[in-house]
Amino acid sequence: MSVFTLSQSDREKQLLPQLVDLVAHHRRHCAPYDRILAASGVPSISEMSDLPWLPVRLFKTLELKSIPDDEVFKVLTSSGTTGEVSRIYLDKAAAATQTRQLGATLQTVLGPRRLPMLIVDTKSILKDRRSFSARGAGVLGMATFGRDHVWALDDDGAVDLDGIRGFLAKHGDQPFLIFGFTYLVWLHLYEIAREHGLDLGNGILIHSGGWKKLVDQAVSPEEFRNRLAAVGLTRIHNFYGMVEQIGTIFLEGPAGGSLYCPDFADVVVRDPETWAELPPGKPGLLEVVSTLPTSYPGHVLLTEDLGVVHGVDDGDWPGKRFSVLGRLPRAEARGCSDTYRSAEA
Amino acid sequence: MTELQRLREAFRTALDLPADEPVDDLRYQDHEKWDSLAHMSLVAAIEDEFSVMIDTDDVINMSSFAEAARILGKYGVDVK
Repeated sequence: MSVFTLSQSDREKQLLPQLVDLVAHHRRHCAPYDRILAASGVPSISEMSDLPWLPVRLFKTLELKSIPDDEVFKVLTSSGTTGEVSRIYLDKAAAATQTRQLGATLQTVLGPRRLPMLIVDTKSILKDRRSFSARGAGVLGMATFGRDHVWALDDDGAVDLDGIRGFLAKHGDQPFLIFGFTYLVWLHLYEIAREHGLDLGNGILIHSGGWKKLVDQAVSPEEFRNRLAAVGLTRIHNFYGMVEQIGTIFLEGPAGGSLYCPDFADVVVRDPETWAELPPGKPGLLEVVSTLPTSYPGHVLLTEDLGVVHGVDDGDWPGKRFSVLGRLPRAEARGCSDTYRSAEA
Repeated sequence: MTELQRLREAFRTALDLPADEPVDDLRYQDHEKWDSLAHMSLVAAIEDEFSVMIDTDDVINMSSFAEAARILGKYGVDVK
């Protein structure tokens, strides 16, 4: 079973009418969204890039939800670099859909069985079960896909070499899942595996969280893959996603180097000055599109990340394949949300 | 113990509920003790109790006691 099946033209044919309906749905049920669209003007929509977007930062300043208060089942929050917090409102249906679609996406590479799971993190991130950090929520969301979970780091964040060795002795001869944030995997798993000759050959690594800390150490995504392959870990899938579009993740294909869109999602890269869609090969601001958000208007979001489309229908899986290049410098992003702030007033 | 009693016990143990608390009507996320963290303990407890390995989709779909009982049927455990 795969959710990476639609060619770009089929994807647009299937998703565009659903997204046009979602625009209308959210305009009916979310007054601030409707005001923003009315103020900025809604173009006629004939392709993906015509869809009106919201800057992702708006979820930190506005209460954007398309469900009545008494149907709010879960409020997800994400801390930003500035301390502002996005608030994402889910009703029961949206919560169930996001879990199911995340499951379908990951099962494309993990299969239907839950694999023994090595978590490259510390159990202490789940200590306060009433309020998990974004990191804790990420780990917990992923834990569904594993069993016999073992934490690679102890409560103080130091590597638990005996724990990792015990896990590998028990499960290392069959496929197993490794999950962790990219820089933790690099710092605490790669180094240890190399130093102690651990065999990670049956591992499938799922990692996320951004490259900034690694790029600071001059470790590129290519080098990350190559160095991990040297310790036997060749099945590696990075993913990109955000709480403001919960349940939708863009997953790296088996060959590496590109992220792909699941069948219910797409991306558009925009020129940060003209907002025009950029062709493959030209880096710009990344817009993420998904049909999952029904309880809040997160179906078309302009991120603050730079990205580039590498190609269309020419990789491991159909559709666009792309990379995230890092954050847009803050000063440059200010212009666009100011536009929206004035529309809110 | 019948399969039904064993399933009730697994729920009470995993969710840390009193021995006399009724569990047959429990629904995921409706009971304060059955949150996403407890869900993983619950799945592990059910797997141990019945010696089964539950697939990802079934973990995701296990949204109530009744649903857990139904899902176990797929693994050859007749809960009644």
